[in-house]
Order: sequence, then C-alpha cells, then structure tokens
Amino acid sequence: MWAMIVKEFRQVRRDRRTLAMMIVLPVLLLVVLGYAASFDVKTITVIASGPQASAAAGLLKSPFDITMTAAHQDRTWAQDQLRDGKAEMALVTGGARPLVLIDGSQLFPARAALAALAEMQQRHPAHPGGIGAVVPRVIVLYNPGLTTSDIMIPGLCGVVLVFVGTIITSLGVVRERQSGTLEQLAVMPLRPRDVFLGKIVPYFLVAAVDLAIVLVVGIAIFGVPFRGNPAVFGLGALLFLFVTLGIGVLISSVSQNQGQAIQLAVMTLLPQVLLSGLIFPLTSIAPGVRWISYLLPLTYFNQISRGVMLRAEPITALWQPFVFLALLGAVVVTGATLRFRGYLAPEASERGSRKPAVQPQGAGA
Amino acid sequence: MTSQDARIAAAARDGAGLPARGGAGLPAWGGTQLRVAFGKTVALDGVTLSVPAGQVSAVVGGDGAGKSTLLRCLVGVLAPDSGTVTRPVKERTGYLPASSGIYPDLTVAENLDFRAKGYGMSARDARARAAEYLDRAGLTPAAGRLAGQLSGGMRQKLAVISAMLHQPELLVLDEPTTGVDPVSRSGLWWLIARAATEGCAIVLATTYLDEAERCASVLVLDAGTALAAGTPEQIVAAMPGSLRAVAARPPGDAAARSWRRAGRWRVWDPHSGGGDITPDLQDAVIVAAISRQQPAGSAA
Repeated sequence: MWAMIVKEFRQVRRDRRTLAMMIVLPVLLLVVLGYAASFDVKTITVIASGPQASAAAGLLKSPFDITMTAAHQDRTWAQDQLRDGKAEMALVTGGARPLVLIDGSQLFPARAALAALAEMQQRHPAHPGGIGAVVPRVIVLYNPGLTTSDIMIPGLCGVVLVFVGTIITSLGVVRERQSGTLEQLAVMPLRPRDVFLGKIVPYFLVAAVDLAIVLVVGIAIFGVPFRGNPAVFGLGALLFLFVTLGIGVLISSVSQNQGQAIQLAVMTLLPQVLLSGLIFPLTSIAPGVRWISYLLPLTYFNQISRGVMLRAEPITALWQPFVFLALLGAVVVTGATLRFRGYLAPEASERGSRKPAVQPQGAGA
Repeated sequence: MTSQDARIAAAARDGAGLPARGGAGLPAWGGTQLRVAFGKTVALDGVTLSVPAGQVSAVVGGDGAGKSTLLRCLVGVLAPDSGTVTRPVKERTGYLPASSGIYPDLTVAENLDFRAKGYGMSARDARARAAEYLDRAGLTPAAGRLAGQLSGGMRQKLAVISAMLHQPELLVLDEPTTGVDPVSRSGLWWLIARAATEGCAIVLATTYLDEAERCASVLVLDAGTALAAGTPEQIVAAMPGSLRAVAARPPGDAAARSWRRAGRWRVWDPHSGGGDITPDLQDAVIVAAISRQQPAGSAA
C-alpha cells in the first residue's frame, strides 16, 4: 500500500496545475460564493405614475427606492416599464384607489415588496397601506402565484446546457492533443477559425435541439408560461449556446490533459449557477463579487429567457443582454483562435515572430 | 519481393528517370543550419538536411538524437531558433507524426475522408484516391473498421497512406515502421518507395539502419548534431580505420571500441588499415558514435 501512496503523491505533485486547483480554488470559490449567497433584498426599485405620483411616492420609505415619477403617464406605461425590467414595482395613481403593480418574475424583490407593504399597513393603521388614506390594490404581474418553478425553469434550461455544452466541448481539443492528432491538424491547411468552428458546430446543433426539448418538457410538466416572441428567445439562446460552447473550447485549448479540462469546466459551472441571478437576485449579490456575474453568459441568458417567457419583453428592451452576449462571444472566439494559432502556425506566433525561419514556397519554386 | 517491387525500390534509391530537385538545378526541400533549444537543452545544433524529389532520404539516430525535432521543423509545427527551412506550402506537404495522427474512433475510410477534405480535395478525387491507396496498402477489406481496432502494422499503413493521400511534394514520415512486424514493414516500404517514384520528396526518421541503407541519402544524428551525412556508400567509405571480428570482447582500451554483432565482437581500430571485415552502414554509424565520444587522439 505504501508504494501505491508514494506513487500517487508523486503523480499528483507532477501535475502542478491540478494541485493548485485542488488547494486554491475551493478557498476562492467559498469566499466569492459566500458573498454572493444572499436572498436579502435591501432595495426595491419603484416607479410612480398618475396625477398624485410625486405625493404618493413621497410616502414610500425604505426599502422602496423611487427611481422615476411620471405624472402624465398611466397604467399602461407603468406596466411596460415593469415588463422591460426598469423597476420591480410600479405605483399607479389617478384611479379611485392607488394601484400597486409588482413584477412577479423577480421572485425575491416581489416577496420583499409584498412584505414591506404589509408591514406599512400594520405600522400605520390610520393610513392603511401608507399610501394616502386608502388601501391600494395590489396586483402581482407575470407570476401571480409567485411560483418558484416559473422563474427557475427558463434559467434552468440554460444551466442544463452549460453543464452539457461546456464539459463536452472542453474535452475536444485536449483529446486531440493527447491522442497526437493535434500535430496532424497543425500541418493541414486549416485556419484557426476553421478548427474553432469545426469543433463547435456539431455540438451547437445538438445543444440547440437539446435546449428545445428541455424547454418543451419544462413547459409541459411545470406549466411555465411562454408569453413572448419565440424568435427573440431563439436568437438569445443561439448566442448563449455559442458563447457557452466557445468557453468549453477555450478551456480545452489551455488545458494539458482531460482531467484539467474537466476541472476547469466544472469550476466555471458553479459560479454560473450561483452568480447568474438564477438563484440569488443579482441586486442581492455583494458589489465586490457582482461584477463576476456580468462576465457570465448565463446571467444574460437568464435575463433574456425570463424576460421573454414570463414578461413578453420585446427585443428592444433586451438589447443589453444581447449586446453583452455578443461581446462575450467575440472575446471567446478571439481567445480560442489565438490559442489555436499558437498550435497551428507556430512560425507565425511565439518563436518565429522573433526569428523568421520558415520560407514556405509555392509549387513551382 | 516481386520484380515490380525491385524496380520501385531501385528507383526510390536512385530517383531513376525522374527530375530530381537537386539534380535539375532546383533547390531541394530541407533545412539549413537548424538550431532548436528547449530551455537549456539543445535539441538540434546546426543541422542541415536536403530532401531531393523522387528519393527517400533517411534521418537515423538513437532515441533523443533530434530526429523528430528536425522533422517537426521541416513541416513547420516547430519553428527553429535559427536556420532556414525550405518547404512547399501546407497543401503540398504531408506529415506522419510519431503519434500517427490517426483518429482511433473513426473508421479507416472516415480517417481518409477527413484528410482528403482537410486538404481541399473534391469528393470524387477523395473517393478515387482513397480507393487506390487502400488497395495499395491492402486495407480495402478493413475500410469499415475503426482505426483504433486495427493491428499496429495496419494502423501504420493507414497513417502512411493518410499522409500521402493528397500526393504532396514533400512527405515527412516520423518513424513510420517503428513497432511494426517485418511483413508490414516491407509493405510500408513498398508504399513509401512507390510515392518516391511518383516524384515525391520523402524524408523519414528511423532507428533501423537496414532501412536507412535502402535510402538514397542518410543523415546520422546524435545528440542534436550531424554525425555523418551522404549516401550509405559515402558514409561507409568515409569511415576511418578498420574493423576486425573477434570471438571475445578485447580487454583494455579496445573494449570501448568494440560492440557485439552477429554472435561475435567487432573491434574498431582507428589507425590501422586492413581488417578482416568489410564495414556496412551499421558499423560506420557505430564507429562515428564511438569516435565522437572518444576522439581519435585519445583512443590510440
């Protein structure tokens, strides 16, 4: 047994990167995720509309945060603002009773808003509801039952694909390296971009079908609504898949062996699940950690899928997640292409850039 | 060996009837004064190799001599620190890496198909060429088998025809016959020699000196430097001193200049002429290695 233990230790020590990952990453992940793990909603963004908008807004105290008052706007405007994710709650005045609209697709802010309203009512029984002298009518939009599955399923579709997609593609290049076929690819007249896209496209097609199936099953079993435009969802999903699979290829291209690739892939999965707003609301994540959320494709896919499926958000309101997904895609493609260039045309990078050594000649030269 | 094989083998050595690159005044493919260092280890130190068309050139040497490094420089997967490489464009270069470059989870036919498409061959050309090379290699019955399930010899044959499928001008083969049984070896040689008769410039690395002896030119590498270069005859002729065969290993100084071969001991005498053995390439290479370790002055 002793011989076995010694051998195993020697092997572990040889793979420094794996050892570093085993020791450093758990600490790092715990710290990062610890700051992220929070359901606490400290502020609820509110917009107010109608003739008494300003007056009514003035009565709302913390945790409510009035971001906009519009005296000349009506309920339709307020509802559009909620749909487009501009606020979590809307206060509509002008009717017999003030109307409170709550975005039910933001589960924790919505619950916090309901709780805060109830508390105000208790604290000021003389002015029930705290808004003027009348009790407001409260309507929860998009997810009236505040059902967890309604807000989880759209994002979970993304999680499933991150798991499948990143891990499978992360093995692609390492496998070529380990089986020695990468050197063969290097001498073939392939461009780095060809290799990158060639690695992604097959999985991309499979993953797209996979996503459609997961979505249909989710809708059928859990009764999740799909209220928006499927084309907008589809476009977002394709961008998201492209980035997700691209990250896998990038991981693969920086890994020495399949073990490292899998480890790296898993290390990107955990933050995606916990920091993307799927479980903890983005606004509840400590700002020092929140910036990581904005580097994760799942964050944007979450916004798109929830927006389209639950709130029927139009693409014009979703331009931000689309642009960021596209940017992430560009970064991933560039990174992977540069890595491939290192393998596929060494004389064009690294050593050869200092000392031009190879003079390829034409057939007749 | 059939009469056709003999003709092909002869042509491979002499480049008979073909406009050899070097001979016709055209520059041969190859590398000049190549130097490669990995950190502090110098893998290649000022090595020059010329690969004329229509011939098979061999790079021989023990493990770690720098054979693979030289070939990798030649095809461009490794950029030398200094020196120049002259080779055709990627589309006209073929390479068999030491790892064989075959996908074990693809069938024989699928491996060839990938290679053909990767080199931009039309579907019809790809099919015809694959059929022809499968036939040459005797692999037609195995076309539908997974490459990973082939025997070592069959897999090497597949690797070699994959490398030459697009009929490159320069074909670089890294130990195509290592670990292959004698029958498969002769089959592989037939494939290689035939490609040479078709005008291809071929360079291969080998640890087998009997294979090198069949080649038109030989470069002997040791620890990253060239020990000897030329035709096998030139290398043998350039061997200094003489050889004799004895029954037992001689004592003293001579022990370091002796080696076992064919049941007897050969002893190299760096200074005297005569000797009772006519040296071949293997003897010449061993002598070159010995004289490098102990220069003639000290060996006396």
